[in-house]
Amino acid sequence: MLSKRIIACLDVRDGQVVKGINFEGLRSAGDPAELARRYNVEGIDELVILDITATLERRRALADTIRRVARELFIPLAVGGGIRSEDDAAAAVEAGADKVSLNTAALSNPSLVTTLARRYGSQAVVVAIDAKHAGNGFAVYARSGQAAADRDAVEWAREAEDRGAGEILLTSIDRDGTKVGFDCVMNAAVSSAVSIPVIASGGAGALDHFVDVFTEGRADAALAASIFHYAETSVRSLKEHLQQHGIPVRLS
Amino acid sequence: MRIALIDYRAGNLTSVKKAFAAIGADLFVPLQPGELADAGAVVVPGVGHFGATETLAVDWTDTIRRGIDAGRPLLGICLGMQWLYEGSAEAPGLKGLGLLSGQCYRLPGGSGATSVKIPHVGWNALDIQRPDSIVEGVASGSQVYFTHSFVAPITDETVAVTVHGQPFAAVVQRGRVAAVQFHPEKSGEVGLTILRNFLRLAES
Repeated sequence: MLSKRIIACLDVRDGQVVKGINFEGLRSAGDPAELARRYNVEGIDELVILDITATLERRRALADTIRRVARELFIPLAVGGGIRSEDDAAAAVEAGADKVSLNTAALSNPSLVTTLARRYGSQAVVVAIDAKHAGNGFAVYARSGQAAADRDAVEWAREAEDRGAGEILLTSIDRDGTKVGFDCVMNAAVSSAVSIPVIASGGAGALDHFVDVFTEGRADAALAASIFHYAETSVRSLKEHLQQHGIPVRLS
Repeated sequence: MRIALIDYRAGNLTSVKKAFAAIGADLFVPLQPGELADAGAVVVPGVGHFGATETLAVDWTDTIRRGIDAGRPLLGICLGMQWLYEGSAEAPGLKGLGLLSGQCYRLPGGSGATSVKIPHVGWNALDIQRPDSIVEGVASGSQVYFTHSFVAPITDETVAVTVHGQPFAAVVQRGRVAAVQFHPEKSGEVGLTILRNFLRLAES
């Protein structure tokens, strides 16, 4: 049976892992390669490097970070943040990324999703959606949660799938960094609307939050950052907890 | 011994190169079929659409087939495994190598409570049916990383199956030709063990 994946996110700025609350107030959490190594030993299923302040001059620094993290890891590695063009994606892939995650660029230029899916295959293209509750729907935001995109998350996820995305990474802006639990309602709505996997993100603070998102939230994978960085929870103890609750995981 | 990694311009070879480098293999990417003469073994990787193998059909097929006939080891990965069969429903009319019998087909997603998502993405277990050298040291139940929608049929040569809605061929081996539907280069220690097994097969 297909395991539910646990994905660790490394929010990287200037080569260091940082983490904020509600997309603001960053604090440092260490060296990305060192954290990646620790997670790998603990049995993480996948890693995401998110360059949260990607600018042109930092592109080279990001490639170095990817290379350093990818060097000794033989699990899937996704990279996001500031990927605006086919060239940006190619640089990430050449440095060792298996998947690129598009957010703002996919909203402003949806054909980029198709271009990258044709070049690298759909399995290499993740569309990241940042959204929050708005009325009966879920409003999508661009530019790290700062700009309303005038799209609904369910409708945008469907379009992304049609355009060739292989996975959706759905982050709840309301829950990000709060540790009160994933937004299961939003995740279930998106996951039911598409046939590609949906990775739930934002709000992980306790082991039972993961149980909830894999059951009522209908998530295929769950992503967390701070819960792992500060060693509050080891990946292994999380997976053992999930297994005890009947959720299929990879325990090695 | 040098191992040729076939690049038919479908996707990204970085991860495969990195994993083979990590186990000490000497990998090169031939630019034309003639360069295969220097190879002691061949790896056919692949992601994406079966249609991408058309490049192979035109340029490489005869050379690769002659190598196999002469006992040169080959490892097919993902789409590279599917290409070893007669063809695929993903690109009707386009022939595979035809070394293994059967047609590849799309995994059914099913419906209702028993439905599964297609593509099949993530870690899933190998159920070893017929131990062979490619899975030496790999325990049945070990998990490996998949990302695909199409699969190869289960035959007598199937070494391991995986279940996603229904069982499909995850590992196949016939003599010195082996293939895996998952990505050993992305499957942690289990994946590296399988690549080492292929290296040993190639050096034997």
